[in-house]
Amino acid sequence: MILKSTKFGKRLVTAVPAFWLLLFFAVPFLIVFKISFSWMQPVQPGYAPLFEWIEETGRLVASLNFANYVTVLQDPLYLGTFLYSVKVAAISTVLCLLVGFPMAYAIARSRPSTRNLLLMLIILPFWTSFLLRVYAWIGLLKTNGVINNTLLALGVIDQPLTLLYTDFAVYVGIVYSYLPFMILPLYANLEKHDLTLLEAASDLGASPTTAFFRITLPLSMPGVVAGCLLVFIPAVGEFVIPSLLGRTDQLMIGTVLSAQFFGARNWPVASAVAIVLLLLLLLPILLFQRYQQRELEAAKR
Amino acid sequence: MTRGWFRNGMLMVGLAFLYVPILSMIVFSFNNSRLVTVWDAPNSPTLRWYVRLLENDQLLGAAWISVKIAAMTASGAVVLGTLAGLVLARFGPFRGRAFVAAMTTAPLVMPEIITGIAMLLLFVALEQWIGWPAGRGMLTITLAHITFAMAYVTVIVQSRLAGFDDSLEEAALDLGAKPVTVFFRITLPLIMPALISGWLLAFTLSWDDVVIAQFVSGPGSSTLPMEIFSRVRRGVSPDINALATIMVAIVAIGVVLSTLYMRREERQRAREEQMARQ
Repeated sequence: MILKSTKFGKRLVTAVPAFWLLLFFAVPFLIVFKISFSWMQPVQPGYAPLFEWIEETGRLVASLNFANYVTVLQDPLYLGTFLYSVKVAAISTVLCLLVGFPMAYAIARSRPSTRNLLLMLIILPFWTSFLLRVYAWIGLLKTNGVINNTLLALGVIDQPLTLLYTDFAVYVGIVYSYLPFMILPLYANLEKHDLTLLEAASDLGASPTTAFFRITLPLSMPGVVAGCLLVFIPAVGEFVIPSLLGRTDQLMIGTVLSAQFFGARNWPVASAVAIVLLLLLLLPILLFQRYQQRELEAAKR
Repeated sequence: MTRGWFRNGMLMVGLAFLYVPILSMIVFSFNNSRLVTVWDAPNSPTLRWYVRLLENDQLLGAAWISVKIAAMTASGAVVLGTLAGLVLARFGPFRGRAFVAAMTTAPLVMPEIITGIAMLLLFVALEQWIGWPAGRGMLTITLAHITFAMAYVTVIVQSRLAGFDDSLEEAALDLGAKPVTVFFRITLPLIMPALISGWLLAFTLSWDDVVIAQFVSGPGSSTLPMEIFSRVRRGVSPDINALATIMVAIVAIGVVLSTLYMRREERQRAREEQMARQ
């Protein structure tokens, strides 16, 4: 390994990013965890200290408050919101896979000369504002929007459909925004497949459909899992898409979290919600990390 | 292949799905009507929304703040991300490697709203303990953006480094070059394309972010996405279409130019390597 001559330099190079991540990524979560156990306080900073030194008695007093978690876990409002968020994210992820898989497959099997162009077309929207791309759907889905006007003009419908502010609009928004995240890991996987396997299957009499379900699909599972995690995890906590396109009678957890934080200014409960959300997503996040590490290890060989 | 038509058809439908909303924004940005989605044929196309946009000091001011934050974020994220990528790809196993590895991939999938809350609570707590950073504004937004953008840069740099073996670096060390010299003369030029795409990606991530910025911003430091978000929540407005069109145009030009540039660089590097081998 390089730089073995200077252990000190190596330590220094490691310490800078490690310290940054510790201070700005690990410590914040500990603080959220701490505040989720504290009492709400109307004055700055909005939460009471967990530990207090009482001068008169000379004792350190800890005041832990579990009520925030009881609220989050028992209040049907929160429970319903969590379930709804997971449902929306799961359905959107499946839809994203159904749209993304054929696209990734088509790109991976296209001529190498067109492949880069197609990949660029997939990535290009990602470089333009996410917010504005979600906003574009308001204009398309509105009651007097582009889709309704077109369908009315063509005589397909005679009453405008209610598309905006529905579950459907949120699915469309999530699939639309996260599609590149589904396609890219799928493509990376599909592109590496050994096509002689399919030839062998065909020589042995398997139909293309059988070959697809028995060979291509099982081989592409790592890509499928990675793509689904990359869509599902952020979609559960999605905030912008449901606030612009979603229902007003059923909120997603991201919206509730933000309302609790800025509206009700109840930081302890908001912190408890964040911790529960994080625990809910911990398993998928760890799964994704394992996949990511394995990919980077594989790239080395 | 018999199913070729199916997958190519799906690809076309998928690409249409990706581009129709963007195209509709572009088209309607030239529409005269205030009703965003009804085409006012006699008076269109028009540039009136572009004119109105350029007169909107609030949006222009927010755009300038966003550019400054994004540029600082991109530069900071590239420095930190390069160090982290170097550590993970080249330093071999060491104590705490798992921690650094986990901390660099976690922000990639962490829901932004959780990162936003965690960052805000950190800044509030820091201000209480050590009085820094005093209040919230551009500095806190930049710090938060660097933290999540550096994860992306780390992954890019790490996979670029994994693509090269370290024989060139080893050779230079054997010939007596100092590690720092090796880094600046060999490693850095090799990973330059990764640094450029990392910088651009970090810039875009920062320029695009509304959720984290909303949590850690203060009075007078509204970024462009924050301004857009508060407008868009009140409904569609034609000048936002004009703004979107300008942003799409800039990105399209930028991506095409950088792709051409990188391709030329790649080719030149390949040629130089070839010559060095002969």
